[in-house]
Amino acid sequence: MERALTSFVRALRAAGARVSTAEAIDAARTVALVGYGDRNVLKNALGITLAKTEGEKGIHDALFELYFNRQSETEPQDKQGRSAEESSGENDATEGEDEDGLDYDVDKLMALAQAGGGAAAAAMERAAAAAQVENIRFATQASYYARRMLKALGIERMEQQIVQLLEAHSAEGEAQARRMIEAQSRLQKMARQLVDQHFEVYGRRATETFQNEVIAGRSIDDLDMYDMERVKAVVARLAKRLADRHARRRRLKDRGKLDVRKTIRASAGYDGVPFDVFWKVKKRDRPKIVAVCDVSGSVARYVRFLLMLLYALNERVADLRSFAFSSHLADVGDMLEQQDLEPAMNSILRTVGGGSTDYGQALLDLSENFTDAVDRRTTVLILGDGRSNHSNPRLDLFRDMADQAKRVIWLCPEPPGLWGSGDSILPQYRPFCASVTHCATISDIEKAIDDILLAYD
Amino acid sequence: MKPLPTPTALASIEAITDALASCGYISTPAISTAIYLAYHLRKPVLVEGPAGVGKTDLAQSLARALSFPLARLQCYEGLDETKALYEWKYGKQLLYTQILKEKIHDLIEKADSLEESLDKLGGFRDIFFSREFLEPRPLLRAMEQSGGSVLLIDEIDKSDEEFEALLLEILSDYQITIPEIGTISAQVPPLVILTSNNVRELGDALKRRCLHLHIGFPEPERERRIVRARVPGISDELLVQLVAFVQRTRNEKIRKLPSISETVDWARTLVLLHADTLDPKMVQETLGVLLKRQGDISEVAGHVEQLVVEALADAAEVV
Repeated sequence: MERALTSFVRALRAAGARVSTAEAIDAARTVALVGYGDRNVLKNALGITLAKTEGEKGIHDALFELYFNRQSETEPQDKQGRSAEESSGENDATEGEDEDGLDYDVDKLMALAQAGGGAAAAAMERAAAAAQVENIRFATQASYYARRMLKALGIERMEQQIVQLLEAHSAEGEAQARRMIEAQSRLQKMARQLVDQHFEVYGRRATETFQNEVIAGRSIDDLDMYDMERVKAVVARLAKRLADRHARRRRLKDRGKLDVRKTIRASAGYDGVPFDVFWKVKKRDRPKIVAVCDVSGSVARYVRFLLMLLYALNERVADLRSFAFSSHLADVGDMLEQQDLEPAMNSILRTVGGGSTDYGQALLDLSENFTDAVDRRTTVLILGDGRSNHSNPRLDLFRDMADQAKRVIWLCPEPPGLWGSGDSILPQYRPFCASVTHCATISDIEKAIDDILLAYD
Repeated sequence: MKPLPTPTALASIEAITDALASCGYISTPAISTAIYLAYHLRKPVLVEGPAGVGKTDLAQSLARALSFPLARLQCYEGLDETKALYEWKYGKQLLYTQILKEKIHDLIEKADSLEESLDKLGGFRDIFFSREFLEPRPLLRAMEQSGGSVLLIDEIDKSDEEFEALLLEILSDYQITIPEIGTISAQVPPLVILTSNNVRELGDALKRRCLHLHIGFPEPERERRIVRARVPGISDELLVQLVAFVQRTRNEKIRKLPSISETVDWARTLVLLHADTLDPKMVQETLGVLLKRQGDISEVAGHVEQLVVEALADAAEVV
C-alpha cells in the first residue's frame, strides 16, 4: 500500500496541488496513524494533511474518490488473479515470469484475452506500471500509452505470428489468425480502458491547467465566446493572483521622521530614557482607478475582458469607477455592479455604443459631468484604439486630466505599428501618458493592472 | 520534550468528538480528525472558513475539554515579537544598573589596578539579560506550560509577513530562540490552532508546517444540534423552522451570509420574544440580528413571507 500512497501523491501533483516531500511523509505518518480501514476517516485525514487550500481540497476529494475506487477494484482482483494463475497448471508460469509478470508468449496472451476478469486486470495493471502510464497528460496520448502497454505484454510476437499465419494461406491458419486478431483487439480494448482511467486520475487536471495558460496568452481577437466559462475561471484566477501579490503591506517602520511626542511619552516609564523610539508612519494611498473605455466596434471585446478583470479585483481595488464612450460618455459603474457582466455589457452598448467615436467629446463629458472622478490619487486607465474620426482631440482637456491624476495609462488593442496611421491620434495623447502599451491578450491586461497597483504598494 | 501519557480525550477521533460535545461544541468528523492528527503528528492546525463558524470557539472548547490552559494571541497589523514572544522588563533592568552603579565600589574596592577591577567585573554573572528580566508573552507562556496547553493564534492573516516568519521556528520545532539567552524548548508541545479569515494569502512556508482544516457553514442537522446546545430554552418546533430559514437565506444573493453565530443570536432573540413558531412579521422585525448589511436586509425583506413558507415546508419534512 506504500506504493498506493506515493502514486496518489504523484496524481495530486499532476492535478496541480503542490505536495512537498515533507507533506508526503506526513501523509505516510497519517496513514500509519489512522490506517486504511475506514475510508471516510482516511479521506478526511489525508485531505487535512495534503491539501493546503480550498481549491486543493476539492482536487484532493475528487481524486481520492477516483483513485481509491480504482485501487479497491484491482487490489482484491490482483490476489484472485494470482491464485487463479497459480491454480491453473496449464500456464506453467515460472517464478521469474510471475515477478515481472510481463512479455507473455502467444498462448498466454490468448488465454488472458479469453479469460478476462481478475487475471487479465492484474496483468494489465502490471503492464501499465511497466509502460509508465501515470505519466499521461493529454487525452491524445491515450493510444500511444495503450500501445506501450500491449508491447510490454509481448503483443508484437503475436502480431508477427498473425502475419505469418495469414501469409501461409491455409484455411486452418486463417481461422487461427482470426482468433488471434480477436484476442488482440480484446486486449487492446482492455488496455485502452485502463489508460483512460489513468488519464482521469493523472492527466485531466494537467490538461486543464495547460489550457488555462493557453487562454491567458491567446489573442483576445481569437478567443472563442464558447470558451467563456473557461475564460471566466482564468480571469478569476488572475484576479486572485493580482490581489495576493498586492495585498502584502510593506511596513514603513523604523525609518523616516521621529515621532517626538510618542517617543517622549513612552520614555516616561523608563525615567526619561528613550528605550522605545517611534517613527512617523507614512500613509499610503489606496488604489483608485478610473477606467475609461472606448466601446466602439472592435474595441468592445477588449473592454469586456478589462472590466471582467477589474471587477474581479474588487477585494483589492475597492475604489473603482468606470466610464464608457463612443460618441458621448456615460458612467457605467452601476450597471456593472448590479448585473452580471454579459447583461451589463449589453446595456452599456445600448447606452453609449453605436455612435461614431469622438475622444474629444468623451473628454469634455468627463471633465464637465464628473469633475470629482479624477484626483491626485487616481490612476486613469484608458482602453481604446485612439481613432477619433478626425474630430478635435481636445488635447487641452487631456493635459488637464493628466495633471490632476496620479498617472494616465493607455491600453491599445492595435499593435504599435498602426499607432498614428489614418485617423489614429494616439501619438498626440502619448506625451501625457505614463505608459502606452499594446494589449492583445488577457495576460497583457493583467500586466497593465499589475503595473498600476505597483504604484500604490 | 518528555512524552506525557495521551489524555483519554485525545485517544481516538470519537473521544475528541465526545469531549468537545461535553463542552457544547458540536464537532464534525473532519474537525475531530484534524485535532487527532494535530496531537499525534505534533503539527499545528490552520483553520480557515467564513467568520462566525466557530474557528476560535474550537480552540476555546478544546482547552476546556482537555482542562489545558489556553494561551491566546490576537494578531493585527504591526504585531511583533515584543508583544507575541517576550519583552525585557526595561524598568527593572534600569533599576538593576542603578543598584550596580551604587554597589560597584564595594564590589571592586580591593582592586588596585584597572586591569584587576575589569577582571573582577568579568567574573560577575551577567544578569542584565537573564530570565529574571524576561516578561513572557503568550507564545513563550504556552511553551512554558509543563502540563500541556492549547495555543490559539487568532486571525493570523491580519499580521504582517515578518511575523509569519517569526512563527516558523515555534510551529515546527516548538522552541523559541532568544539571542541573549539561547533556545527555550517547550516542555510539552502545545496544541496549536491558527485561524484565518483569508484577508491575505498566507505564505507557503507557514502553510506547509500546518494541517489544513476548512470549516464551512454547517449542515441543517449539525446547525440544529449547535443551536440546541447553545440556546437550551428553544422549543423543538421553532428550532427546526429557524434553522430551515437560515439555511434558505444562505442561498439568497446577499453579500454577508449568516453564520452559526448569527443563527445562535437570532435564536436567542426569538426565545426572548417568546416565539414558539416562526411567523413572517417577527422575522421581518428581527432580521437585523441575522443579517448585518443594510443591502442584504432589504434584499431579503422583500420576500420574507415566501422564505418563511419555504422554511416551514422544509421543517415539516424534517419532522
